[in-house]
Amino acid sequence: MGSNGRSNFDVLVVGAGPAGMAAAARAAESGARTGLVDENFRPGGQIWRSACEDAPTDARHWIQRCTSAGVTFLCGMRVVDHLKPGVLTAELMDRTHEIGYQQLVVATGARERFLPFSGWTLPNVMGAGGLQAMVKSGLPIQGRRVVVAGTGPLLLAVAASLQKHRARVLMVCEQASWITLARFAVALIGQTGKVAQAAQLKKELKSVPFVPNSWPVAAEGNDVIETVTISRAGKLEKIACDYLACGFHLVPNTELAALLGCKLANDYVQVDDLQRTTVPGVFCAGEPTGIGGVELALVEGQIAGLAAGGNIGAAKDLSAESKKLKKFAVHLERTFQLRKGLQFLAKPDTIVCRCEDVSYSRLERYQNWRSAKLQTRCGMGACQGRICGPATHFLFNWTPDSVRPPIFPARVESLAALASHPEPEQQTAVGGH
Amino acid sequence: MPEVLVLRVNGTPLEVPAGVTVGVAVMLAGQPCRMSASGQPRGPLCGMGICFECRVTINGRPHCRSCQILCESGMDVRTDG
Repeated sequence: MGSNGRSNFDVLVVGAGPAGMAAAARAAESGARTGLVDENFRPGGQIWRSACEDAPTDARHWIQRCTSAGVTFLCGMRVVDHLKPGVLTAELMDRTHEIGYQQLVVATGARERFLPFSGWTLPNVMGAGGLQAMVKSGLPIQGRRVVVAGTGPLLLAVAASLQKHRARVLMVCEQASWITLARFAVALIGQTGKVAQAAQLKKELKSVPFVPNSWPVAAEGNDVIETVTISRAGKLEKIACDYLACGFHLVPNTELAALLGCKLANDYVQVDDLQRTTVPGVFCAGEPTGIGGVELALVEGQIAGLAAGGNIGAAKDLSAESKKLKKFAVHLERTFQLRKGLQFLAKPDTIVCRCEDVSYSRLERYQNWRSAKLQTRCGMGACQGRICGPATHFLFNWTPDSVRPPIFPARVESLAALASHPEPEQQTAVGGH
Repeated sequence: MPEVLVLRVNGTPLEVPAGVTVGVAVMLAGQPCRMSASGQPRGPLCGMGICFECRVTINGRPHCRSCQILCESGMDVRTDG
């Protein structure tokens, strides 16, 4: 166990995706001593995750701006706790690090939502973004048969990316109906950037069937997936494949904001027009405040960074643009709402909590998340309910408990280091589970 | 040509290009990353370090999220720990 380090910043940004990088750049350009912490070994977040050489232009632009403005990158550090006001604890491979701040920008992004269906725990059934990430991390996909399924704009982007890596994308199954998708398309008119993106994806995927009103019913195979059964226009169709890339849109990562005491409303972190949360000195930008995509994240990040850096005037100048882009977020939410029928994909013996192998039939008798947790250990495994929480929210309308530190499983050594820290105020016992 | 390195997955040497994650190496070795509480094989799900399905033991350190860690020459990866 290495010795504990310490850094101090005027503005600390957590999460180096689009929102976080924009926030860090604008804060540093405003003259603030700025740090940007991210658990990945490179900045970019999930959406811009890639090797530096093929990073998208936008990503390179913001990395460049952060670098020029003197932002300190703290990569490979996972924030696990909020020690006291103004100090976060992060964990590296072999030690912990304390990061002090005056102002904090939470830009923790989103994760995919997964829904349980028969066979979804088989190896090679992955998230849509999940498979894409593995391919970008070196998984050879050339010639492999992939079915992409679920809901949300990510599906097409993933299908196009996999195809670029020479995968055989057999089908893209979207649970939304043609009608809602058509309404969405109409709503995009006037947003030239988004229309161009959609047209480009469609062109790239012209040989791949895009099937609305369809979703996976079961994955089958011995040790890995071999076939997937798709419900398509009311009929079942079995497709042989090597991978099923399946994600049901996104859910915000609000754990850190919740731990800091920020108020959530309808599952999202509540912010004002300067991205200020309900906790003084804490800002939030990007997906945790509403799933709105890269463009909105960049604008919100800039507003948060400028405001945190004390440049309120410049922050206010961006609010009109932010409002315009938020309309897109509303359309996204409406279009990719989950149809009720997907609740019935989980069979009695389908695993819902993958960490503890808790099946649907063991959960359905409980009234809420807390009693299910206590009786079955659902949500008490390594992922701390990050996967089964959104699933049980959809299946049973349960809401997760309040967040307790550490927000990620931390090593015993880190917990010891945290506990040995002099603590003036009362705080939930660290490692209290 | 990319640089190649050799690590061990459950004791068997495996050659991988530099820059790939341990999660990819385990998949290339044709192994599940772990066995679940009821003995089912599991592999990576989220690819971003959240689901912990890809956790393996690296150089004796258990519960490492293999999708977040780059392969290093001589690494000892175990999926049976």
